[in-house]
Amino acid sequence: MDVSRPCGVFNITYSIDMAIVRTKSHWACLIGCIILSFLIPPFLSIHWLSWVIETSIVIVAVLGLYFVTGLCGQISLGQAGFMAIGAYSTVILMGPIGFSYWLALPISALITGMVALFFGIPSLRVKGFYLAMATLSSQFLIMWLLTHPPFDRWTGGDDGLTTPAPTMQGIVFDSYQSWFFVVMIFMWLMIYFAKNIGRTRVGRAFVAIRDSDLAAEVLGINIFGYKLISFFLAGIYAGIAGSLFAPFIIRIAPANFNLERSIWFLGMLIVGGTGSVVGAILGVVFIRLLLQLTTIFGPSINPIPIVGPLLANYLGGLVFGLAVIFFLIFEPRGLNHRWLIFKAWYRLHPFSY
Amino acid sequence: MAFFLQMVLSGILLGCVYSLVAIGFVIIYKSSGVINFAQGHLLAFGALVLWTFIGALGFPLLVGGLLTILLTAFLGVIIEYLTIRPMTGQPLMAVIVMTIGLAAFLTSLMPCLFGATEKAYPHIFPKGGLQIGPLIISYEYLFSFITALVMVAIFLYFFHRTKLGLLMRAVADGHDCARSCGVKVGIIFRWTWAIAAVSAMIGGYLLGSIENVSPSMTSIGLRVFPVVILGGLNSITGCIIAGPIVGVLELLAIGYGDPIVRGGSGDVMPYIIILLTLIFRPYGIFGEEEIERI
Repeated sequence: MDVSRPCGVFNITYSIDMAIVRTKSHWACLIGCIILSFLIPPFLSIHWLSWVIETSIVIVAVLGLYFVTGLCGQISLGQAGFMAIGAYSTVILMGPIGFSYWLALPISALITGMVALFFGIPSLRVKGFYLAMATLSSQFLIMWLLTHPPFDRWTGGDDGLTTPAPTMQGIVFDSYQSWFFVVMIFMWLMIYFAKNIGRTRVGRAFVAIRDSDLAAEVLGINIFGYKLISFFLAGIYAGIAGSLFAPFIIRIAPANFNLERSIWFLGMLIVGGTGSVVGAILGVVFIRLLLQLTTIFGPSINPIPIVGPLLANYLGGLVFGLAVIFFLIFEPRGLNHRWLIFKAWYRLHPFSY
Repeated sequence: MAFFLQMVLSGILLGCVYSLVAIGFVIIYKSSGVINFAQGHLLAFGALVLWTFIGALGFPLLVGGLLTILLTAFLGVIIEYLTIRPMTGQPLMAVIVMTIGLAAFLTSLMPCLFGATEKAYPHIFPKGGLQIGPLIISYEYLFSFITALVMVAIFLYFFHRTKLGLLMRAVADGHDCARSCGVKVGIIFRWTWAIAAVSAMIGGYLLGSIENVSPSMTSIGLRVFPVVILGGLNSITGCIIAGPIVGVLELLAIGYGDPIVRGGSGDVMPYIIILLTLIFRPYGIFGEEEIERI
């Protein structure tokens, strides 16, 4: 039985059939959720506020990975490297060149997209593991280029760069409270775009390539072209995430964008469930909550002799690795699948059939 | 010129160890089609277990080595049983991500078990080295080279002359055929992982005796990727030849690149090799070209 739509809602027209939001209560929930997300800063401590901001930025980065890995089925291990390009180009455009932040953001997103496009070129001839290798190489190559001559003259090498505070009409965004709103607006915009790009001709072509590239080719889909588009979109999203990240962290350094980050992004997408926007969001929130819990409970295992202090330091990585392994074995479709099951239950309640 | 030759020679010696580690990777890929991102972690893990025995507990090398071989083989079997077995029939991407998750887990587990500091094996060789004309080969390098060669020879003999090796090659050729001939594919997978773990551990010992042992050896383990990509994913011969090539290029990059670009060129060279190979010859020097248009 189809439980994808609520009881009493019928697809009378195509526009109703295609709508993401179908009922009044659905609209109310969505709008309420968006409004609520903008109202939370006064209720949060500075620590949790920074947690929320970083989570939102990571959501944008993982949504980029959603295009290339989730929809198009190409493993990318270079998302953090692309994010670094976005962050560095934003700061360089603002600092020495003197653009305003609001101009630097789209330009750096485009630059990142171009770089991602370049590293997507091997996807012309290889896929699967080979492509994972190509993106892994891109991660190392980007980070190396950023910290070594000749580019370290502009990027500050291992020390990194300091981001000037963005301004708009006299408002200076130099605190978490103010930057929160910018990040939130961009996050909702990016979620909106991701959800809709997934439904367009481009998104459907991605899914066709993921499910069977041979069949997609036979259907007349230009595989290489669409793979490059997916890399470009991933780059754009990573670039925007990087641009948002720079004023948040203020001092950007290569250590913020290492391979571990790329792997975490991929793990978040897997835990949430590839191939859905809700999954990407749930995965990021879930893993980052777990991480937060480990930092809270880490000190309490410190007193255990010998292993305690070390375990406390590395608890985050342990929990992350275990989470990825458990989800792949027990729930390969990720948290998104659980969410769908919950929705089906909610719609069928109280009759479970 | 002497500097160049020295770099080339050391590179070849070092590269043989890479070949040894890469063989473990290739036999897993050949027999079960699993891409093992955790090969470098198996390497570091094995090296650290061995250090615990011969460094911390003071066992003789032979006893400690045998115990470590048993333990790492057991670890390989456990990993196969707990993480790879449940993924049978899942798409390739899920299996790759599984080994990535495993790698993330082991990365954090190793400092917890062994501590994050750098350790060194007890020195068994005198300082200095063998003098050939203007070239010097330190005894550690020479020892690693010879051990790696011996191990590679043992593996080749094992694959071509023993019954278990024959069964492994049968499984690599095709699961269904092997199964219908009475080969227990599951048990062969277990052996494959045990052997891969042991080859990684021996590689870890050799690399550890050249420099030092620490959980960050996992990044050295990433060197297997350029080796297998350059040699061809499903070719053991390719591995044996590509290892020294990667070793030589890496040391040449360190020797000539580092003064220009302020360090780190040895770390980035392997990835340049990967990118160039993927662009110009994606299936490596000896790899079978899969006839499939993508």
